[in-house]
Amino acid sequence: MVSPAVLGLLLFVLAPFALSFLISFTDLSLGSPHPMHWVGTLQYERLFHDPALARALANNLRFALVVVPLQTALALALAVLLHRPGWRLAGLYRAIFFAPVVFPMSLVAVIWRYLYAPGLQGPANRLLSWLSLGHWQARDFLHDPEWALGALMALSVWQGVGLQMVILLGGLQQIPSDLYEAAALDGAGPLQRFRRVTLPMLRNTLIFTALMTSILAFRVFDQVQILTHGGPAGATSTLMFELVRSAFERLQMGRACALTVLFVLIVLLLTGLQRLALRQRAL
Amino acid sequence: MAEVRLHQVNKIYQGRTPSPKAWWEFWKSSSTPSQVHIVKNAELKIKDGEFVVLVGPSGCGKSTTLRMIAGLEEATSGEIVIGDRVVNNVSPKERDIAMVFQSYALYPHMTVFENMAFGLRLRNLPNHEIEKAVKQASELLGLDKLLQRKPKELSGGQRQRVAMGRAIVRKPQVYLMDEPLSNLDAKLRVQMRAELQKMHRRLGVTTVYVTHDQVEAMTLGDRIVIMKDGIIQQADSPLNLYERPANLYVAGFIGTPSMNFIPVTLQDGELVASGFRLQLPEDRRAEVGNHNGKALVLGLRPTDLSDSPSALSMQASVEVIEPLGSENYLYCSVGKDMVAARVDGRSTVRAGDTVTLGFKAEQFHLFDAESELAISHSRGGKSEGA
Ligand SMILES: Nc1ncnc2c1ncn2[C@@H]1O[C@H](COP(=O)(O)OP(=O)(O)OP(=O)(O)O)[C@@H](O)[C@H]1O
Ligand SMILES: [Mg+2]
Repeated sequence: MVSPAVLGLLLFVLAPFALSFLISFTDLSLGSPHPMHWVGTLQYERLFHDPALARALANNLRFALVVVPLQTALALALAVLLHRPGWRLAGLYRAIFFAPVVFPMSLVAVIWRYLYAPGLQGPANRLLSWLSLGHWQARDFLHDPEWALGALMALSVWQGVGLQMVILLGGLQQIPSDLYEAAALDGAGPLQRFRRVTLPMLRNTLIFTALMTSILAFRVFDQVQILTHGGPAGATSTLMFELVRSAFERLQMGRACALTVLFVLIVLLLTGLQRLALRQRAL
Repeated sequence: MAEVRLHQVNKIYQGRTPSPKAWWEFWKSSSTPSQVHIVKNAELKIKDGEFVVLVGPSGCGKSTTLRMIAGLEEATSGEIVIGDRVVNNVSPKERDIAMVFQSYALYPHMTVFENMAFGLRLRNLPNHEIEKAVKQASELLGLDKLLQRKPKELSGGQRQRVAMGRAIVRKPQVYLMDEPLSNLDAKLRVQMRAELQKMHRRLGVTTVYVTHDQVEAMTLGDRIVIMKDGIIQQADSPLNLYERPANLYVAGFIGTPSMNFIPVTLQDGELVASGFRLQLPEDRRAEVGNHNGKALVLGLRPTDLSDSPSALSMQASVEVIEPLGSENYLYCSVGKDMVAARVDGRSTVRAGDTVTLGFKAEQFHLFDAESELAISHSRGGKSEGA
């Protein structure tokens, strides 16, 4: 018996993936007059030796290593600050922090292109100059190979922190208040209550949001496409950016499908890690 | 160890009830403030080392009182004293109190051992002392085989014992226990009650204990505080509560089966009920003197009634018999009133029979029907004003 849910999964998720998997063993190229051939693992071998992909993956990894901890910590701090039962303004602040989540990337890009404007007229440059008491050298963030990726990270944290915060707030609301009362009577101060009650009770939610952010870090595309187009000189190129370029600019479907398979493998790996983390101490 | 004093303590919750309003007023306050007065002018002095039991119907403010002593709830007015300091503005952490929560409040991510050790760890006790204390408590509570389990792997009764263990491993100034045995089976409860008594005798820590169980209250408490609707009705020793209840509520609350209440009027030294008239004994007349012509309530414990004529007696027709082996309870109608009486188990009385219920001249209570306060107690008790 195949239930409708399983059927849907087969049809809409597994079938396209199976198709990509098959195509990744061919040299299918949409613009080419040559017929398609089976090429075995050639696409994968090429990917393995492709410096552009290595660069892109390194960027993704760096993105994940910075954005995941930063965004998680920031979201946790915001959630803890906004979690005050009976505080009437909490809803307003929550809405403000959540707003960027629902902004379309085009709007976000407009805002941040302005913020990152080169020269001392650019708000980001002006802020840094003010903070450093005038020592800051104005830069063109989005076109500076050293700074472009960092600039995209900042933007992504800004846009993503709201969602993570809302999920963590939900987690905080699940913690029974009598645990805090018991801990207070046991002699725990606010910091100890945070460390010994809040953090362990929030553990699974934290793991979940960290996984979500990690996957998003390997999926970064919109920002890159709109603001830097992978540049300067590949400094902000990412896996997804490479993939889309292969498929839609160079029309190399074989390569694009091999990249898709790679992406799915990464997601599976991350999900596996999450499972492992959840299982450890669950017993 | 310390004494605990409540002086004119009140708890008022500032609630907000949504008020209906027109849609164009939506930016105005969406609710009107309302007040719920939960604890009213509580006045209580608990001596150092005393075991005080709080009893009363559900929702009467027992937990709230306990939480105010613990500092988890702020007293709206009045003074709370532990030892020799006023603690109204002292944080729970600084009050040196251990509490058993009605909801257990166990840390789900910690093992039974860690749950009990947590408070000791925070006080930086050396490891071997922590282990010794936890081991001792867990043996006492029958938890020694469960130390490595998480709370979700325990039954309700086991969880409750862990909650108890978490409190007793510590040596605080005051123990606060909110129905700590309510989830145990009857046998375990009796056993734990005995352990608690032993522990209290050994450690002598001031304890405030909330329960619904009258037997628990009577056996454990040096003193019992009876609350109703946020008001302390009477705080006294178990014996005094039984023999000299301050009002109708306390009289009905203490003792099983509960006291019979029969409405009577006092007419020139005679109590007139719907089914009988009683000549008041000489020594009781003085106490009720100024109540002539008023509506009173006659209070008779079923255990003080027998099916043989005595100094005072009334005719009753038996409606229901409840045999308990060694004794029978008769539920009879006397005029328009129902009266329960205890008789010997070998009695041959049957339903429908008419019996004479008798009681001794000194074994009845009288209450003012309007104020519900006691006027005269059994055993030659004296009149109690307010
Ligand atoms: N935060 C609150 N806001 C408003 N009312 C409250 C609040 N907390 C408790 N109450 C009310 O206070 C009253 C007393 O509650 P409390 O928990 O002290 O009762 P209790 O005597 O312990 O009852 P039980 O025997 O059922 O545990 C209840 O009517 C309850 O609804
Ligand atoms: Mg309660």
